[in-house]
Amino acid sequence: MLTYTLRRLLGLAAVLFGVSLAVFLIMHLRPGDPALIMLGPHATDESLARLRHEMGLDLPLYVQYGRWLGNLLQGDWGRSIQLKREILPLLLQRFQATAWLTLFGALLAVVLGVSAGVLSSTRQYSLLDRSSMVGMLVGFSIPVFWLGLLLQLLLGQRLGWLPISGMQSPGSASWGDFFLHAIMPAVAVASGPGAVIARMTRSSMLDVVRQDYIRTARAKGVMERWVIYKHALKNALIPVVTVIGLQVGYLLGGEMLVEMVFNWPGIGLLMVNGILAQDFPLVQGAILVVASSYALVNLTVDLLYAYLDPRIRYQ
Amino acid sequence: MTEPLAKEQAEWEEGVPSEPAHGSWRDVWRRLRRDRLAVGSLVLLLLLVALSALAPWIAPYNPSDTDLVHRLLPPGSPGHWLGTDHLGRDMLSRLLYGGQASLVVGFTAVLLAMTLGVLLGLLTGYYRGIVDSVVMRLIDLLLAFPAVLLAIAVIAALGPGLMNAMLAVAVVGIPYYTRIVRSSVLSLREKEYVEAGRALGLSDARLLALHILPNCLSPILVAATLDVGWMIMAAAGMSFLGLGAQPPQAEWGVMLSEGRNFMRVGPHESVLPGLAIFLVVLALNLLGDGLRDALDPRLRA
Repeated sequence: MLTYTLRRLLGLAAVLFGVSLAVFLIMHLRPGDPALIMLGPHATDESLARLRHEMGLDLPLYVQYGRWLGNLLQGDWGRSIQLKREILPLLLQRFQATAWLTLFGALLAVVLGVSAGVLSSTRQYSLLDRSSMVGMLVGFSIPVFWLGLLLQLLLGQRLGWLPISGMQSPGSASWGDFFLHAIMPAVAVASGPGAVIARMTRSSMLDVVRQDYIRTARAKGVMERWVIYKHALKNALIPVVTVIGLQVGYLLGGEMLVEMVFNWPGIGLLMVNGILAQDFPLVQGAILVVASSYALVNLTVDLLYAYLDPRIRYQ
Repeated sequence: MTEPLAKEQAEWEEGVPSEPAHGSWRDVWRRLRRDRLAVGSLVLLLLLVALSALAPWIAPYNPSDTDLVHRLLPPGSPGHWLGTDHLGRDMLSRLLYGGQASLVVGFTAVLLAMTLGVLLGLLTGYYRGIVDSVVMRLIDLLLAFPAVLLAIAVIAALGPGLMNAMLAVAVVGIPYYTRIVRSSVLSLREKEYVEAGRALGLSDARLLALHILPNCLSPILVAATLDVGWMIMAAAGMSFLGLGAQPPQAEWGVMLSEGRNFMRVGPHESVLPGLAIFLVVLALNLLGDGLRDALDPRLRA
């Protein structure tokens, strides 16, 4: 397990390097001149040239990349053009909001998905199974931004049960208030991943309960509940873990849309506003943070997977 | 001398077995026809495609004609079946034109992603070597980003706009096709009939196009069907974020986003375009599932 972990950590370093290179290239090969954006259309040629020199834009690309990466590693992520603030503290602060939403969404998706999948599989073709299959289909066909809107309309506006948007009521700092604000966004981001997890759990369970060892367990008189939860579920969950890892990627993606709908002050909202304002240092940083956290989640899932299924480590 | 050889070759090519996994395409169609949900979805989709294609002739109003006196009329109003939006524009007409934009973007993006992805998959899987290593590292790099984030990053580089949003979601799709095709090609290139073809002196292009590609078609077809839905949803999402189509264009994502400010007085302005996206994606998913079952009956759940 140790060698496997070390090997995967090395792989993570490679991925992060690749991601940083990709982000750098995307932002530097784009049409448009950052100096022109900063100084506006009335800037003189001399002032543009001076700013380009100050920003290092007249250097060869690989030197620029080396400098940029060096600064990143030392915690200097540059300043936002639009907000005129240091980028790193801003990103970390906004990332917290996104991380909470990811956590709630993932918990909801896993708990609902796995239980719906297990219940469905133990009562195959029953009314419950059929309705949860329909639910799964709806779950991953529904656009998250539309689902968010419908929730706002129903639970927020018509019934008035939940706050419509934001992360906290003004002047309030209680956890209860925060949770109330998080319910609808979490449900919206969890819909797609939850549906996929449910479907995977169901088919994996149906596969496992047909195997010989389950028949043996039943034959020797083990209680049905025990057979399902102790013997079957444990093995059925192995492929589900991989799917969960992949789904976190969808979560991180869907969140940008949901943050927009609910005005949730996360990193996705920051990024989108950054693109619209052509604030490229900020956008670069935000993409880097989200992509790195995705890589970290994937690494965790892979390690967990290797722990659950020792065969993986030796491949 | 050349003629009989060519003839022999042609005859031999006819005798090449096509992968028996799905049987003939007629069998696939027969199985698909029995799947009522899939057929219903296909009909719904064809209907929507036809309606949007005919939008210029059947839409009751010009989608950008404003009528400030009749703003936010609810669905069912006389003269405006689906009501009007906050500028008094006819919702039905805008939905029809919006369908045009969304469907064209979805299908074009998948076509782009599929063509590039399949081409890369064929080349890397067949030739292996250095090209394979380089391309696959690039593919891994694309997969290191969550899908929507990658699309946003591409838009950040190209600038907002419907065309760029389409390119962005297409880029996101490429790696999946490359992977599917490459893994099929890796096993197909070792098959005896491919070796036989090589021995007969068939060119690589001919072998790839006529003998290898047809045998990896079924997973590509299923993936593409499911992908159109995802790409329509993603492109509408980009427009919703303000990164894709821009107002006043009639596009489902834009309409939904514009309507958000009028949720209290006229929720239909946002709800209807969202419903349209949902129905299209749902139909495509049902059709994709049906197609998968029809192509490989053994996988039927």
